[in-house]
Parts: sequence; structure tokens; C-alpha cells
Amino acid sequence: MVTAKRNPALVVIQLSGGNDAMNTVVPYTNGIYQDSRKAIGLVESEVIDINGTLGFHPSMGPIKQLWDKGNVAVINGIGYPVPNRSHFRSMDIWHTAESASIAPDGWLGRAIREIDPTHGNVITGINFGRGLPRSLHAKGVPVASVGNLGTYGLLPDIKDQQTRDMALDVFSRMYGPTDGTDAVLQAIGETGMGAYLGADILRTAPEMYSSSIEYEAEVEIAQSLRDISQVLQADLGTRVFYTLHGGYDTHAGELENHSKLWHELSTAVGDFFSDLDEHGRGDDAVVMIFSEFGRRIRDNGSGTDHGSGGAAFVIGNAVKGGFYGEYPSLELNAQVEGDMAFNNDFRSMYATLLDGWMGIDPHPILGDNYEQFDMFRR
Amino acid sequence: MTTTMTSEKALMAHLMRRAGFGASSEELDRLVEQGYDETVEQLLDVDRPNRMSDNLIRRYHSEYSGMMGNLSAGANWMYRMVSTDAPLREKLNLMWHGVYATGYSKLANGKVLHDQIRMFERHGMGSFKNLLIEISKDPAMLVWLDNVQNHNGAINENYGRELLELFSMGVGNYSEHDVKEAARAFTGWTIGNTEYMTMKCARDSVWPYGRLSFHFEFKADDHDDGEKEFLGHKGNFNGEDIVDIICQQPATADFLSRHIYSFFVADEAPVPEWPYKPPRDPAAIAALSNVYFESNYSIKAMLRFLFKSDFFKSEEARFQRIKGPAELVASVLRLTEEYGQPNISMNPTSQQAQFMGQWLLSPPSVEGWHWGTEWIDSGALVERVNFASERFGNIDSPGVRSVVDRILDNSDEDLPPDEVVDRALSELGITEISDNSREALIDFAKKQSEIATAEQTPRERVVNILKLVGATPEFQRA
Repeated sequence: MVTAKRNPALVVIQLSGGNDAMNTVVPYTNGIYQDSRKAIGLVESEVIDINGTLGFHPSMGPIKQLWDKGNVAVINGIGYPVPNRSHFRSMDIWHTAESASIAPDGWLGRAIREIDPTHGNVITGINFGRGLPRSLHAKGVPVASVGNLGTYGLLPDIKDQQTRDMALDVFSRMYGPTDGTDAVLQAIGETGMGAYLGADILRTAPEMYSSSIEYEAEVEIAQSLRDISQVLQADLGTRVFYTLHGGYDTHAGELENHSKLWHELSTAVGDFFSDLDEHGRGDDAVVMIFSEFGRRIRDNGSGTDHGSGGAAFVIGNAVKGGFYGEYPSLELNAQVEGDMAFNNDFRSMYATLLDGWMGIDPHPILGDNYEQFDMFRR
Repeated sequence: MTTTMTSEKALMAHLMRRAGFGASSEELDRLVEQGYDETVEQLLDVDRPNRMSDNLIRRYHSEYSGMMGNLSAGANWMYRMVSTDAPLREKLNLMWHGVYATGYSKLANGKVLHDQIRMFERHGMGSFKNLLIEISKDPAMLVWLDNVQNHNGAINENYGRELLELFSMGVGNYSEHDVKEAARAFTGWTIGNTEYMTMKCARDSVWPYGRLSFHFEFKADDHDDGEKEFLGHKGNFNGEDIVDIICQQPATADFLSRHIYSFFVADEAPVPEWPYKPPRDPAAIAALSNVYFESNYSIKAMLRFLFKSDFFKSEEARFQRIKGPAELVASVLRLTEEYGQPNISMNPTSQQAQFMGQWLLSPPSVEGWHWGTEWIDSGALVERVNFASERFGNIDSPGVRSVVDRILDNSDEDLPPDEVVDRALSELGITEISDNSREALIDFAKKQSEIATAEQTPRERVVNILKLVGATPEFQRA
């Protein structure tokens, strides 16, 4: 069967709060790790061993399965120079790809502008969540923000379907073409029609979708990835998907909380790829998972405080699985103020994804050349 | 174009949309009776503000005491915007927050941002010179633009540059040398316990006892007291002297006038375009600049002149601004009156402005937000429309209930479609509307009564129309 070549899609999952990289990709045989993590250390019998020295967190079974298929790239020690341990500033740095100054535009907003400079498709980029993360923001670039695909759209609180259809008809008339004498009204009108059409197009996705995969109910990240799968399979031209998974700020009760988070996330990611594979679409998407920073090497008796170097994941059938970059040394003289040093700039990963996967020149988006990883099979 | 009010009331509605967050039809009637000039004076009176007290708010929001997170200070401000009797003061705070945009991302401290807005409250309508000195000493600003790292013999230019570029004169009116000399003059302007406090900012971690406020400190031993040359003047200048020289510049008068014009009269292009694009109304800018010098830099005098001027009152100025997100949220909540009492739902409610693109106290950069049509991207518009329509559709809100009562005149019969639409527009402050929008609304009202079922009451049908008025393109504008 010959299928039309589809444009590759990027799915970005932001782990908000600072994921503890050391309890995600665990150096369980390392004496410094064992000594530093008296309260929340994971031991050999718990971790899912990878190579005899590193193991995945026990909740990461589904990701280990993808790893075994050779589809998971782990970028160790990822970060940027002069680490900032404020959630907001550090997330800003990841969002804007600019660590030295405060930049207003997001890297994915800039990427969407490159992909669709004429705004031919109002849903080239979609955020699944409320409000737009700065990573997706760029002047004049339309990006849809979808809280819940099933109810997404204008005036969702009008419950009676007939009344809502009438109301949407009023909306499209009010925001329809004007005589052009009022430039502001015209601009609002065009945006309104974009929102109306985007919602209209997106509404078709759930109707066209059926799958044997049952994503976990009541788990937000699972529902978001199901929504993403629906839109991706509906072939609406969306190239950038974005969603958040929150709660990684594990200062306290880390063992319990971190297990729950990674259970939710890895189950959802596993289901997502099973779903795509079932529909022959597993080659069309790559998932990138990142967090604003890692956490301190030494635990605080119940959790961990903010650190610097972290771990990121790039997952997909097109990915050459394996470790990228050395696992940072935990030796005292290699630490940065009690944290793992970074040895991979996050912008190298961005450049790799833009160039190697999306087929876009990374230089105008990142403002500089960054060394790329050899991460894709094609 | 159809107008829904008498011209006197429409002018008052215009004033209240601009100098405040709109007003109910009932309030407009009262203000028209009081008179336009008297209302302007009342808006300018900073000594009469009355609003929900912090003590009352804190009984419902213990988290506002410490201002721990990045949401508390913004939500607390939303209470002020929604409940104040001095709306111009809060509106002006929004303008200053846009001009002197300082953000949580670098400070990790809601308390000092809260303190900065309170500073605007005290000085925002006074002398511009005084305001510039206060913002230069403002602890949040000192950290935000790195003046805490501006040392005698090792200057950090960041504050000196933005003071000239974004805070007073605009690019093209000073040299690089002026930037450096200004930075020298501000050496030693820092916060107490600098190193500890800035380290705390960079390490946003567990703060079990709440955030500490910063305070301004002048360190004479870190101040460069040598001779400086700034904008053609020579002397052993301190920061105050620099501000004094800045305030004497015609460029400063024009820059400030253009900001005020853009915020209160009609959207100008965003600031980065100003050097290349003349103002919409150069004569208005010249007149405001004139008042600036004649009144010895009084912001209040400029505002009084503006609100009484023909260029403000003119029909041509109506609806020439796009409502900012915080402004839109506050104006809806004032009409629905759902926060007559504090309620913890204010936290998620105030986040609505964030979903629409304006996260209070977390501007995208020191340049602040770009306004005008840049407020409205497709995601933001969906949020704006859905928020207004959902809130206007909640008959349980006291404000909505009384709007419906007034529209139906307490009767229980449907009104003719055009009548109900015009009343709904007028009640929600839309004084003029395109024929296109109005006809679409009237057709809806017509169809709605045709398909009416026995379970649906005339009140519910009015509520549906209110929801759609919240969804009009006209409601996006002020």
C-alpha cells in the first residue's frame, strides 16, 4: 500500500516543577548516589535495569518497553550555562531558548512561523491546556489552546445544541467580512473567523477516531495524549503539539509522588505509541519530554530541592534509541553547588529536532548554531 | 452603526470605560445627573478611594498575607480593580505596570511586586519626576534590571539604558555615552542585604516562613561620585540629578504623552515602532506635552486636561482601544457583581487574564505587553469570548439578575427582538454597534422565541442574548 508522505509532527511534554533526573535515570550502583539519597534512594531491586549501572524509575515500565524497541533517546545532563534555580526563570529560558537575556518569543512559536508563514492553517500549532506557554508564543502566529478537545470551541457553556448552533451562526456573522473601513474591526474579525474555523475543524477529530487503546481515565496527561492522537490521526496539518504534566516540584514526599507521576506519564506515552502504531501512524510523531531543571544530588530527608542538570527524552519509531551524552559525574569536584553539572546544552536537542526531524533550519529559530546529535533513523 | 444611548450617557460610558472598568447602566444614569466635569474630578481624587479591605480579603485568602506564589499578588490586585470606588487609580496602575513592566520570573517574590504596584498607587498620579525617582528606588526594579549589580568602577548599564529607552525618552534621543553616564549616577542604588536577597531570587525553593520584602538602600561607598556628562549637562550627578535632567527634555514630555494618549484615548502602535511612526494625533500629543511642562510634570494635570479635551470626548475616539485582558476580566466582574464578598474562586478567576495573554506581574519582558490588536490571537479570543459569555450567562450573579430585571422591566413577557437586543447592549455598556452585529443578534432573538419551549423562561432567553453580547467584536473594544 502506498500512503502519502506525511509531515512529521513534534509532541512536546513539559514536566513542570523540575523533574528529579537522578531518580528517573537512576545511577543505582554509584556510591555517591546511595550516600546522598538516604531517604529517597532507589536500589537495585527496585529500578528497571538498563545497563548494569543505570536503571529507569520503577514506574517507567512502558518507557522501558519502548527503550527495548530502540525508540528512546535519553539526553543526560541537559541544561544551560549559569543555571538558574527559579522555576519561572528557568522555564522561560527553556521556552525562549535564550539564557542570557529576557526574550518575549518562544522557540516553537518561531518554528510555527517558519512552517506556516502565511497562516494558511490556524491549527499548525496546538497547545493542550489553558493559556499559551511562552514557548508557543510569537507575534502574529496563531496557535490554538485546547483545554478539552471534546468540549473545545466557542460558547461551550450553551448546553442546548440547537441554541448553540444558532449562537455559533451569530458569531460567524458578527466576525464575518467587514467593509474594511475599520482596520481594527477587520483584524478582530479575521482572528474571530480563525478561531471559529479552527474549532470547527478540530471538532471533526474525535468523530473520526476509534481505537482499541484505553487511555487511563481521570489522568490529565493520558487524556491530553489521547486528544493529540485524535488530532494527529485526523490529518489536520498540525505539526506542533504541546502539553504539560505538572507536580514535579518534589520537595517533600518524593518517593510516593514521583512514582505516581512517572506511572501516569509513562503509561500515557506507551498508550500513545500503541495507539499510533495500531493505526499505522507510529512513524509520524516524535515525543520530546523536558523539565526546567533537575534537582539536588543530596535529598532533604523527604524530597529534593531545586538543582540544575536534568534529563530529557526523545521518543519515537524514527529515533535511534540510546544514551546521548555522558551521565554527569557525581564526584564532589564535578558538582555545581551541590548539583549535577550540565554537559549537554538543551538547544542542541532543539536544533536536532528542528533540523533532523521537522526539516526546518534551526539557525533563525535558535539564533545560533548548536551542535546536533545524530538521533534519527532517516 | 446603531447607537443605543443618549449622547450624554454614551459620553459618560466612554469616560468610564477609559478612566475605569466600565459602569452599569444604572450607575451611568447617576453620573450623568452628577455631570461630566464633576465625575472627572471625582475620578482624579486620589484621597477618596474606597474598596474591599485587605483584612476582609485575607479572611478568605490566608495565602495573600505572605504573597508566597506568583498568583497571589495578581489575584489580590484583581480584587482592587473589581471593588474600588476609585477606578482611575487602578486603571493607571495597569498602565504603569505595562510601562515599568517588572516580572515574577526573575524575582520569585510576589511580595515585592505587590509593593511596587502599591507604590504606583501612591505616586502614579503625582509628579512624573517623583515617579521616576520612586521607580529607580523600587526594590523589585533594582533586582529586575540588575541595578543591584551596578557598582562604582564596574557599571551594569541595564537600568540606565531602560530608564532612557523604555521609561522616559525613547530611542534616538540619547547617546551610548549618556547610557553609561546615567548608569554611573545610579551606582550604589541597591537593596539592603543584596547578596542574600538576590541569591534567594535565583533559588526559588521552599520558603516556609514566606517571602521577605526587599528595601531600598543607598550605599555611598559604592556610589561613583565623580563628574559625569549627561545630555549636555556636567556635574557630580546622582540618580536624582539624572531624573531631573530627563524630566526637562521635550522628548520625555512627548514619550509620556504618547503613552497616556495610547492608554486612554486610542491605541498607538507598540513602543518599538514609535521612532518610525508618527502619533495618530500629533496635536493632542503636543497639547499634553505642554500641560506636562506648565504643571511642573503633574500626571494628574495631564489626565484632567485629557478627559476634558475634545480629542478625548470626540466620537472618533470611541471604541478605539482593545481592552487588555485584565481590564476585560475586571469589567465583566464589575458588571456581574459576583465578588461583592471575597471568594476563593478569585484565584482561578484572576487566572483568566493569564489565559487571555496577560499574566499580571509576569510580563513577557521589560518591554511589557504589546497592546491593541496584538492582544487578540485566536486562542486568546476564544478565552475572552467564553469568559464574558459564561459570566454574563450566570443568572445567579447579583449583577446579571438586576440587568435582566431592568431589561424585562420586571415583567414576565418576551420583548420584541430589536427591543431586547438594544436593551441588552445598553446594559452591558455597548453604546454603538455595527448593523451587521446588531442584525445577527436580532435574528437570534427572533429565532429563539420561535423555537421557545415551555420549560424555557423569558429570563433565560434574555440571558442567552447577554451571553452573545459578551461575544460581540464590539465587546472586545473600549
